[in-house]
Amino acid sequence: MQTFTYYPGCTLRTKAKDLDLYARVSAEALGISLVEPENWQCCGGAYTTATNEVATKLSAVRTLMAAKDSEGLITVCSACHNVIKQTNYDISRNESMQNKVRQYLDLGEAYTGDTTVYHYLEMLRDVVGFENLKSKVVKPFKGKKIAAYYGCLLLRPSKALAMDNPENPSIMEDFIKAIGGTPVIYAQRNECCGGYITLEDKNQASKRSGAVMDSAENAGADMIITACPLCLYNLKKNSGSSLPVYYFTELLAEALGLKEDSNE
Amino acid sequence: MQRIGVFVCHCGTNIAATVDVKAVAEALGHEAGVVISQDYQYMCSESGQNLVKNAIKEHKLTGVVVCSCSPRMHENTFRKAAASAGLNPYLVEIANIREQCSWIHKDIASATEKAIILGRAAIAKVHLNTPLTSMESPVVKRALVIGGGIAGIQTALDIAEAGFEVDIVEKEPTIGGKMAQIDKTFPTLDCAACILTPKMVEASQNEKITIHSFSEVSDVKGFVGNFTVTIKKKARYVDETKCTGCGLCTEKCPMKKVPNEFNMGLDNRRAVYIPFAQAVPKVATIDPNYCMMLKNGKCGVCSKVCSAGAIDYKQTDRFVEQKYGAIVVATGFNPIKLDKYDEFAYSYCPDVVTSLELERLMNAAGPNGGTLLRPSDKTHPHTIVFVQCVGSRCDDGKGKQYCSKICCMYTAKHAMLIREKYPDTEVYVFYIDVRTPGKNFDEFYRRAVEQYNVHYIKGMVGKVSPKADGKIDVQASDLLAGEQLHINADMVVLAAAIEPDKTARPLATMLTTQMDTNDFFTEAHPKLRPVESATAGIFLSGACQGPKDIPETVAQASAAAAKAIGLLCKNSITCNPCVAHSDELMCNGCSACEKVCPYGAITYQDKEFRMPNRTTAVRRVASVNPAVCQGCGACTVACPSGAMDLNGFSNSQIMAEVDAICK
Repeated sequence: MQTFTYYPGCTLRTKAKDLDLYARVSAEALGISLVEPENWQCCGGAYTTATNEVATKLSAVRTLMAAKDSEGLITVCSACHNVIKQTNYDISRNESMQNKVRQYLDLGEAYTGDTTVYHYLEMLRDVVGFENLKSKVVKPFKGKKIAAYYGCLLLRPSKALAMDNPENPSIMEDFIKAIGGTPVIYAQRNECCGGYITLEDKNQASKRSGAVMDSAENAGADMIITACPLCLYNLKKNSGSSLPVYYFTELLAEALGLKEDSNE
Repeated sequence: MQRIGVFVCHCGTNIAATVDVKAVAEALGHEAGVVISQDYQYMCSESGQNLVKNAIKEHKLTGVVVCSCSPRMHENTFRKAAASAGLNPYLVEIANIREQCSWIHKDIASATEKAIILGRAAIAKVHLNTPLTSMESPVVKRALVIGGGIAGIQTALDIAEAGFEVDIVEKEPTIGGKMAQIDKTFPTLDCAACILTPKMVEASQNEKITIHSFSEVSDVKGFVGNFTVTIKKKARYVDETKCTGCGLCTEKCPMKKVPNEFNMGLDNRRAVYIPFAQAVPKVATIDPNYCMMLKNGKCGVCSKVCSAGAIDYKQTDRFVEQKYGAIVVATGFNPIKLDKYDEFAYSYCPDVVTSLELERLMNAAGPNGGTLLRPSDKTHPHTIVFVQCVGSRCDDGKGKQYCSKICCMYTAKHAMLIREKYPDTEVYVFYIDVRTPGKNFDEFYRRAVEQYNVHYIKGMVGKVSPKADGKIDVQASDLLAGEQLHINADMVVLAAAIEPDKTARPLATMLTTQMDTNDFFTEAHPKLRPVESATAGIFLSGACQGPKDIPETVAQASAAAAKAIGLLCKNSITCNPCVAHSDELMCNGCSACEKVCPYGAITYQDKEFRMPNRTTAVRRVASVNPAVCQGCGACTVACPSGAMDLNGFSNSQIMAEVDAICK
């Protein structure tokens, strides 16, 4: 059994409990042991874009440091993954920032970016293997047309995240195939859901999320899956569409026989 | 005792503004051996040269130092002047006080000091200069043209016209290149095939021209005037001498599903094929990747139907060796692969095509017989969006930094042709800038906008999304109106950047020519020697040197031919006497020099030497072929025993210069 450090992040303990719960039970069934670091805190949130500000790196570096001795750090929320992986990428290329962070956190030696960060999907692809996953599926989504929704930040910036082709990705489609479903390719799968604009302007958020849902529906999707709590919120609450939206971990758990039917 | 003359040039204000030239002349006049030291406004002018010539005669000079611009600029000028005054030209040294001094410094005092030091170094060197005499080397009166597109064809025709033998090596089964795939040409809209195919035929019928189609250059040895080239004639499994080009085999071959590269994969060809009707040579070729007979020994239909008995499944690659005096590179270009541009949906939407694919879709000999139809459902497109600069002018690392130059014009051409033929089709062109310099080019583009009502919109396309109803949503920004646009299109055409052919880089290595970071061949001088490479005897023709349209390509092709003819006209060429030689007494035969020599100029001989006590010994020593040596100096640095030395740049001369600078 391989042991990884698992960083859930704040939303997964409040609004997105399903994303978290099914990620953990599925990992166990797949022979992956996920260990949460003690006293974990916020990933660093949306501050990541302030590149020169040391304060924006500290939180993510704490998490990265906690995973230093394990096989890697696994995140599942798109936003946490984005913040932590980008910070790791940036800091590994910036010696002066390494020193600043070392002084700020009073570290014995500087953190230089040694931890490998995986998104849960990358773990499925690169550690478990989709073929292997396929062999463990007991309740395949046979005949189900499933649309993968990447959103804007699961794959971008592609240089730092190095996960998949940001304009024509395949990792979620391959996941859908592994759990027996039929992936639906649609134009809006890697476009923005509206994000935080829902707090300011519901109209805009509804326009964006509506476009995503329409695009998926027109392509014949029966359901849509995502890895991002905010995307799920926008697609469900703001789009005005009735197309069911799930976290990909829910379908994973169901396919592995660990969850009741989610196809209500 | 040496009698050295020093001549300091002002170069107008190029040198004199930053260097106190009078002070330099004064200071250098006090150096040992210097008998005259003068300054003058333009030393390269006729009166400046006369100053040098007169001084040589009057003061019986044994050496000349000219403090002026780079030796690349005027070394030859002053060498000639010296020669005409009776001084061996290799007793002239240039101290570069312009490019390496006045142009890069601002402070007059320090620049003057540096100019004096550079002058002293040259004086120190000229003290040790020895008269050198050039040798002559014969010129083989035959040229090689690598690449059989319009550039290569034009070059070959011009060289043949001048009466010299010329061989074309083309890697594809036919000559013609990209121009053969093009439908119409800008800005006159005449049919590309109508003007190209007569030239192809002319090339094949010209007695002086030999076409090696389906062939590649596999090795190049030698030097200007005397190259030895090995040409690999790839197995085409058809005897070229027997095949009549009747095409029966290409109709009967049961393997029908081979992507047709001539039509950009938009339709299929057979495993045995002739690329297009006007192919030259019109000879069939068997594709071993698809031929059932070659793959698993079952079929043989082509062999049965061939009345000429030309099919030969046992054919293998053949190699021919030939000597040439000059080589012209005409390897051309290709559109880039668009796999990094998935925002334009090219990889998964058949109705998103490249401009070259559109050429085939509109060509009468193309997959639709000249009717423009959507590749997906063969329906007539009513709205077409063109996206310019796909991969050109990119600084994000995905594409090319340069402008591909031809796209603005061919896009205007496509837009105009579509509006002309299908007036019910709306055409949009998204551009960053429209660049149309060239004779009648801007008028052509204005016509597309004003007469044909093509919608030109300044702005880039952000996303191309195929929709479930078969339409394509094109999301773009209109920068002038400051708006986001959504266009409901039927087809999208991408003007992909162009890049040099992949064969160019290995070829450059074989030819020891230079390339830039984009793999375009580098010309010897960007303004004054645009069709020559820096390697003597290698000339550049067409888009292998940089993006070019057809008129420019043809102009450069003829220019390259003229340069090659100029070389072939000579019975012999003067060799550079600054070549390496080996001191046999010091050489220990270690082979270090041979390994670093890029020209293969060094060989080894066993020679008998007198040893102490009246004995003799046979030792292996290096010897340099002066006709092959290019004087690069690599061997002199590599030689561990100091036996290798370079005429005109001997180790002692270089050290004298260094000493003078460090004094």
